[in-house]
Parts: sequence; C-alpha cells; structure tokens
Amino acid sequence: MAEQVLEVEGLSVDIPVTGGMLHPVQEVSLTVARGETLAIVGESGCGKSLTSLSLMGLLPSRAERRARRLSLLGEELAGKSERAMSDIRGNRMSMIFQEPMTSLNPAYTIGDQLAEPLERHTRLSRREVRERAVEMLERVGITAAASRLGQYPHQLSGGLRQRVMIAMALICNPDLLIADEPTTALDVTIQAQILHLMAELQREFHAGMILITHDLGVVARVADRVAVMYAGQIVETGTAAQIYGAPSHPYTRGLLSCIPIPGRSRPGEHLGAIPGVVPSLIGRMEGCHFADRCALVEPRCRKGDIALRDGSGSGHRYRCVLDPETPATQEAPA
Amino acid sequence: MSETVLEARGVRRSFSVSGGFMKPRRALHAVRGVDFTIRRGEVVGLVGESGCGKSTLAKLLLGLMPPSEGEILLEGAPISGQDRLETARRIQPIFQDPYSSLNPRKSIGTIIGLPLRVQTDLGGAEIARRVTETMDLVGLPARVVDSYPNQLSGGQRQRVAIARALINRPSIIICDEPTSALDVSVQSQILNLLQDLQREFGLTYLLISHDLSVVEHMASRVAVMYLGRIVEERPTAGLFAEARHPYARALLDSVLTPDPSLGIPDTHLGAAFPNPLEIPAGCSFHPRCPKAMPRCCTVAPDPLRIGDGMVECLLHAPDQHDEPEEETTR
Ligand SMILES: Nc1ncnc2c1ncn2[C@@H]1O[C@H](COP(=O)(O)OP(=O)(O)O)[C@@H](O)[C@H]1O
Ligand SMILES: Nc1ncnc2c1ncn2[C@@H]1O[C@H](COP(=O)(O)OP(=O)(O)O)[C@@H](O)[C@H]1O
Ligand SMILES: [Mg+2]
Ligand SMILES: [Mg+2]
Repeated sequence: MAEQVLEVEGLSVDIPVTGGMLHPVQEVSLTVARGETLAIVGESGCGKSLTSLSLMGLLPSRAERRARRLSLLGEELAGKSERAMSDIRGNRMSMIFQEPMTSLNPAYTIGDQLAEPLERHTRLSRREVRERAVEMLERVGITAAASRLGQYPHQLSGGLRQRVMIAMALICNPDLLIADEPTTALDVTIQAQILHLMAELQREFHAGMILITHDLGVVARVADRVAVMYAGQIVETGTAAQIYGAPSHPYTRGLLSCIPIPGRSRPGEHLGAIPGVVPSLIGRMEGCHFADRCALVEPRCRKGDIALRDGSGSGHRYRCVLDPETPATQEAPA
Repeated sequence: MSETVLEARGVRRSFSVSGGFMKPRRALHAVRGVDFTIRRGEVVGLVGESGCGKSTLAKLLLGLMPPSEGEILLEGAPISGQDRLETARRIQPIFQDPYSSLNPRKSIGTIIGLPLRVQTDLGGAEIARRVTETMDLVGLPARVVDSYPNQLSGGQRQRVAIARALINRPSIIICDEPTSALDVSVQSQILNLLQDLQREFGLTYLLISHDLSVVEHMASRVAVMYLGRIVEERPTAGLFAEARHPYARALLDSVLTPDPSLGIPDTHLGAAFPNPLEIPAGCSFHPRCPKAMPRCCTVAPDPLRIGDGMVECLLHAPDQHDEPEEETTR
C-alpha cells in the first residue's frame, strides 16, 4: 500500500456568523496516498472550500478548527503555530484556486511570484531560482517561458494564468496538492489540457492530490477515490468505480441523474432533479442533512446522527439508513 | 419547413479598443460575417469558447446594439427600421446571471410585469393576473411576488428571468448561458422547465452555452462558433455522431461524460490562444488545428453546404489537393 500523505480524522470547523454558529465542516475524515487523487464533490455551499482551507490552515481567524488527527506524512499539523504552517504551505502542501487572480499578485511579475516560494523554502542562488522558474513554466506547457518572467498576470489569458498557478504550486515539489475548482472558469478544451497536465505532473512528482469540484464529469475522469459532500458532511465515499457504478446515497444518485449525457437522454426526456436548495449550515441539524430534499425520506431519517455504513465493496461507505435498492422516484442514470 | 423567425445576414460587429499605453486604438472583430436563420418552434444551440462572439451575436440579434455591417431580420423585416418596444415584445432575452439582469430594488411581481406595462396598455388588475399565472407556469411560489431578487435562490432568480421573458408571448427567446452560473441540480430543473414551456407553447429558442452536453440535450440544431464566425452548423444528432470541423470535433472530445472508465481526452489542439485582435490569416483556426494543411495558412475557407448542414473548412472543400485522410476515427 502506498504511503499515506494526508490522514484526517474528525475534522470540524465552526465559524461564528450573524445569526449563530456556522458548521460548514462536520467530522470529516479522509486520507490521500502518494500518487492518489481524491475528489471532493458536491453542490456549492456544501463546505468543500472550507474543508480545503482548513487543511491548509488558511481559515478566517474567527473560525475554530478541531480534529482528532490531521497529519501530513505522519507529522501532526493540528497544534502547529501559524509560522510553522506557513513554512509548510507552498513547500510541502500547496493549493490551486479557481480564480488564479486570487493567488497571483497583480503587482508582481510572473518571475517574482515563481521565485518567492523558492527563495523562502530553498537555498538556491538567484540564477538557479531563475532557471528553475523557467523550467517549471516550460513543464506546464508555457511557450517562450523566459520572456514570460517579466510579464504581469493581467497580460496572460485565463488558461495561461491557471498554468502559472500550477507552476507556482508545484515548484517546491509538494507532497500534497489541493486544487479547488481548478478548471471551473476555463473553456472545455483548455480544461482538458489543464487536467491532463495536472495528472501528468502529479505522476511525475508523486504527490497526493485533493481535487475539489462540483463537476461529476471531471471527477469521473480524474479521481481514484471520491468523497461526496453534502451540508458539511461526507455522505458517501468510495472508489470512482463504486461511486459511479453503485451510487448508494440518494444525494449521489440525484446528482448523477441531473447531468445531461450526450447520446444517453432521449429528445424531450426530463433530466433528474433534486428539489430545493442546500440548507443553511447555521445551527445544529438533527438526523440526515439531506432529508428535506430526499424523495425517499422516512420518519427514522430525521432522528439522531446518521452514521456511515458499508456499501458495495471495500472502502465504499455511505450515510443513509435506507437500503440502496430502494427504488428512487427520481430517475437514476441507466 | 416552417417559417423563419429570425435571420442574420452577413452580420459583422467590431469594437474599437485601446491598443495599450500611447498606442492607437485598434479594431476588435467580435462577429465576422454570420449568416444564420432560426425557424419557428426550433431550439437552436450556439456553442464556442469564451470570447468567440456568442454574446455579441446575441445582443445584435436582440437589437441591443447595431451591427457594423449586415442585417438582422425578425419575422421577415429588418429590425433596424422597427420600433424598439415592438422588437422587444417579440424577442426576449434570458441572461446567464439573473442577479445582474434583475433590478435589485424592484419586487419580483414588478419585474415580471414590467414588459406588459411598457409594451401593452393592459390595466393593473389584468397585469397582476398575468403575473400570477406566469409565476405559476415557471414554478415560482405565489408568496415571492413581493420579495426582492436578493431574497431568492439562484434557481428562483432564473425562473423570474424566464417568467419576465415569457409573459408577453414573444416570437423567440434568446437564452445566453441560462444555466452556467447554477449547480447541476438547479440547472436540470431550469432545463426541464425551458423544455416543458417550449413544448407547451411551441416556443422558439436560441440557446447559447459553452456546455455541449446541455446543448445536445436541448437543441435540434447546433451552430459552432470560432473567432466570430460560424464554422459548422448541423442537426444535433449528426454533429454529435461525426463533427466535420476539427474545432467542433475538439469541442465534442472535450465533453467529460461521467464515465470513470474513461480518462482525460486529448484534444490535439495547439495551445495558441485565439485573439480577436489578431485574427490569423487564412483559416482563423489553423494555428490550433491538428489537421492544418499548408494552404490553410493563406486561404480562408468558404462556407460549404453538405447535406443538411454547413461547414467552413478546407478539408471538406471539393477543390482541395492536399488529400488529408477523411474523417479519422475519434
Ligand atoms: N469566511 C466565511 N465566513 C462565513 N461563512 C463562510 C465563509 N466561507 C464560506 N462560508 C459559508 O460556509 C458554507 C460552505 O462554504 P464553502 O466551503 O465555500 O462551500 P463550497 O466550496 O462547497 O461551495 C457556505 O454556506 C458559505 O456561505
Ligand atoms: N463592448 C465591448 N467592447 C469591446 N470589446 C468587446 C465588447 N463586447 C465584447 N467584446 C469583445 O468581443 C469578443 C467577443 O465577446 P463575447 O461576444 O462576449 O464572447 P462570448 O459570449 O462568446 O464569450 C471578446 O474578445 C470580447 O472581449
Ligand atoms: Mg468552493
Ligand atoms: Mg458570453
């Protein structure tokens, strides 16, 4: 078995907000091995981004994070000072965001920004730093790399900016890469190119990767394992084959039924739907978080904490009291 | 064949944009000669990557900006000569972001009823009745009539935009990325609604999207746009079975269906980023085209009718001599 890069057990985040206490991440447990891609998927507002920010130690200061275990290559991160964490960030674990402009500084050149983590975390000379920056830009498929070093982020197209951010995230050869909606803002052809690149680099650097997305098409093509997140909780987890082949939580089945698939749906046929919206995560919820939107809801769904139970095979687990054979009135994909 | 509702004839639109510090202004060619018809009762899809001119074409069709050249005809008559309100009654938009297209200070009822107030002389009671009826039709609960846009979810706001577009029975609705800002669970609700309304009232839609699976699900015909021109136009089934234009094929190949047994497709596209300020000579797609031939760099292809479709590509021109291999496997 490959070495576990990240092991998380019972991760929770609370944020005081007007109106009460927000519980965006509730008892989340996950692991990522070297060379493995774990996808976290769910609708917007389910807590995916706050999960990733809490792993990176980048939560807003008023937020409280708890975890029974949060370790990077066996080293516990939970008690680390902000200073120690900032040494780890960009070095041993790094993050790619949806909007490159949130992590690229518009006032600095591409070269400055690529050099920054190297100057901080390595003892390379200025010439070596420059060489490494050019090499990394070439690695992410940027042409005329040396001439890009003097350019500013706004002078690049969206696809190029995303490549620069990937170069920045990988320049220190991190053990763990967290990518939050890395291709959501990009055109489909560029998305395919960027996903290719990320998979290739991950193999080359032998890193673990957490890919956060709401796009089940991307997840299917990229993920080894999948965690479906709903209203702060992981509601189903397993290998990609288990999640797509035997989706067991009604939320997972609902999400899959909503996707138009070329050649699959007949003209005029309805897509599946999940009525309602993701609930506010303020205050504690009783029972299954999905109950209000679930077509199969029963009285017992609304009581107590619903635990994860074993699904179709090893490692497949889902958080639902009903049996997966219960026919959904919402149409599941054929 | 049913009658033409909307037609673009040789439509072009350029913008004058800053050339940079101390440099002269330059022409940005957003739409470069589009011929296009939409027939009554049809759902036509328009796809292409961002910046290729889809929204500009939509605004030209809506009469929201004049073309630099060419003509838009609505039910046979040029819209340039028509009364602005009359055009607005017959052709209605639904935009991507209902938040920015709905007035935040107006109530939902007022927003939906506005077209009736400005385009008709109906009385207040009749307008209120039609608002209630339309809200019901698009699945908006009656109680939100006095709410404001910020009190609704994204999906509900898009229903408001649909109700507003629908209330005065337009001849055609132009939907510009109507679900791109929504979660897939909400997208499916909106697509189902648009489809039900289309069938019930025989509506005509132009559906603009960068998502090919959405277009495949909804449209009977699809036009593929690249750098301001339509490069292929076909009935949906034919296009998805076998795209003729290499760009259309790359777009189709990039659709990530939720099948974990498949990997990430290789589009074989060059990385050159299309720039409407510097449109390549010859075929504008040639710098990225995996099948480009020497003459593609100099000869601009003409639109070519094949069967019930159109393609603009030298690979398909009957007089071409470079002999590419026809239709390699996907
Ligand atoms: N800094 C913050 N302060 C307060 N609430 C937040 C903050 N960031 C996110 N939230 C809220 O937490 C919930 C989960 O957000 P997020 O993790 O961004 O979801 P996702 O990434 O799945 O869309 C949402 O309801 C969101 O509004
Ligand atoms: N009002 C405008 N002024 C200058 N340039 C514009 C204007 N509107 C659009 N453009 C440019 O025209 C091109 C086409 O834009 P658009 O029609 O919005 O494309 P799409 O909807 O396909 O993404 C882009 O390069 C865009 O920057
Ligand atoms: Mg997010
Ligand atoms: Mg647009």
